[in-house]
Amino acid sequence: MENNLTKPLVEFHNLTLGYEMHPAVHHLQGQILSGDLLAVIGPNGGGKSTLLKGLMEEIRPLGGKIIWPQGRPKLAYLPQRARLDLDFPLRVADFVSLGHWPKRGAFAAIKSIDKQAVQQALKEVGLAGFDKQSLDSLSGGQLQRVLFARLLLEDAPLILLDEPFAAVDEATTTDLLMLIKQWHQQGRTVIAVLHDLHQVRSHFPKCLLLARDVLGMGATEEVVTAENLAKARKMQVLADPLAPICDLDDVRELS
Amino acid sequence: MELIYQALFAPFVDFGFMRRALVGCVALSISATPVGVFLMLRRMSLTGDAIAHAILPGAALGYMVAGLSLGAMTLGGLLAGWVVALLSGGLARITVLKEDANLAVFYLLSLALGVLLVSTQSRNIDLLHLLFGSVLALDNEALILLAGIASITLILLAVFLRPLVLECLDPDFLRRHSRVGTTTHLVFLALVVLNLVAGFQALGTLMAVGIMILPATAARFWARQIDQLLFVALTLALLGCWLGLLMSWHLDLPTGPAIILVLGSLHILSLFAGRDGLLKRWLHPTKHLKS
Repeated sequence: MENNLTKPLVEFHNLTLGYEMHPAVHHLQGQILSGDLLAVIGPNGGGKSTLLKGLMEEIRPLGGKIIWPQGRPKLAYLPQRARLDLDFPLRVADFVSLGHWPKRGAFAAIKSIDKQAVQQALKEVGLAGFDKQSLDSLSGGQLQRVLFARLLLEDAPLILLDEPFAAVDEATTTDLLMLIKQWHQQGRTVIAVLHDLHQVRSHFPKCLLLARDVLGMGATEEVVTAENLAKARKMQVLADPLAPICDLDDVRELS
Repeated sequence: MELIYQALFAPFVDFGFMRRALVGCVALSISATPVGVFLMLRRMSLTGDAIAHAILPGAALGYMVAGLSLGAMTLGGLLAGWVVALLSGGLARITVLKEDANLAVFYLLSLALGVLLVSTQSRNIDLLHLLFGSVLALDNEALILLAGIASITLILLAVFLRPLVLECLDPDFLRRHSRVGTTTHLVFLALVVLNLVAGFQALGTLMAVGIMILPATAARFWARQIDQLLFVALTLALLGCWLGLLMSWHLDLPTGPAIILVLGSLHILSLFAGRDGLLKRWLHPTKHLKS
């Protein structure tokens, strides 16, 4: 266990992620410790979602490496826009119980203790009594709560949230932030892509500011500064199709 | 009372071939209906139709090789259907073309090949048999085949239920947690083929799609949860088979189309009278709840 405390959870070694040779995250260097509560901020197109996809191994790095010194943990992931078929005729409880998948897999039976866990998760996200509702009857905020309930059941040590509060009202945001705080207190690592800087300052001790290049990573009050934010605003949004090949790696190797 | 008995039950009590037909249809309903429910939920309702067209040439080939033999035609149909279904589903996952486009390509090729083969034969009148089925002439062999296919289908559906649901509900979640998605899809396509082949023994290749899709679409107007949906669809299928067989008996009509037309009527009835049907939408409620 001592090892786990001293070794970081994940290290980024000169990591470049992107699509068709165009970098979306450019030469990221840094590490995340177990138990970190990290906000990832930056302009649209700055590479925030791309970084999460890189962690999920949905895309392969264009350069550099992601290293898991303690081994790759189980990850739970809430994508920005889940491609859900909400017309599917299913009850909320059945949907949430899919969070047992990492434990029960595709074929094992859902036990009564699992069903109790579903009820408990629904209670924790403030949807007690919604178990028999159909999915298509939920509002946007309720759906987000249901997705959080499923995340709860996944019981992963590393949780990635991509804009979890986009288009969600204040009451829901407050409730869900409480859940994130609980996860943090339980020692889980949470990485959340966010836009509300006030929220980041008041709830997230660590912050990564991405605008393709890393403009800051560390304690939130040191990263979220007027100077850094101004830099982020200047990011060139459109990828230049004629951009030359990046030779930063060569320069680094020489030095 | 006597009249009701004569109309609804007597044909089955008095005649063995009617009982056999009923047993065959029950087996087919139990097996094809849940497959149809998932076809509908996965927005693949027309896939069944395309695959049915693809099966025809295989069955015809079996017929040409071995005559009117159940085994040869079943095997030919299964092979043609599986080749087309697996090519479509498999290629969709590794190339830019989506499954519907692939399916259109391969079922057309299969159908063209089949028509070509049949045209070289002079005995092709018997092939009408393939198109319209022979539910009133089901022998023991055919009944065992139908029951066997129903058993295999139910077992596989039960085993793959969770990935099957998740693959249409939240495919990304499934992909993140498991690689069972592709297997599930291919198993499902194989089940569609298997049930269409089962269906053409009784109802004919083209009518076989009807007993899959129509109960499912009708049930959607009544049920809002997957378990209820499966139950209502099965009930409607059984009702349709029973009434269809009676209609065919009393009015001396071909059985396959009679069953499909009854199922179609049940769909239209549900479309209007169902819990989520049109009538309810048209009759605006004058009251609403407090919360």
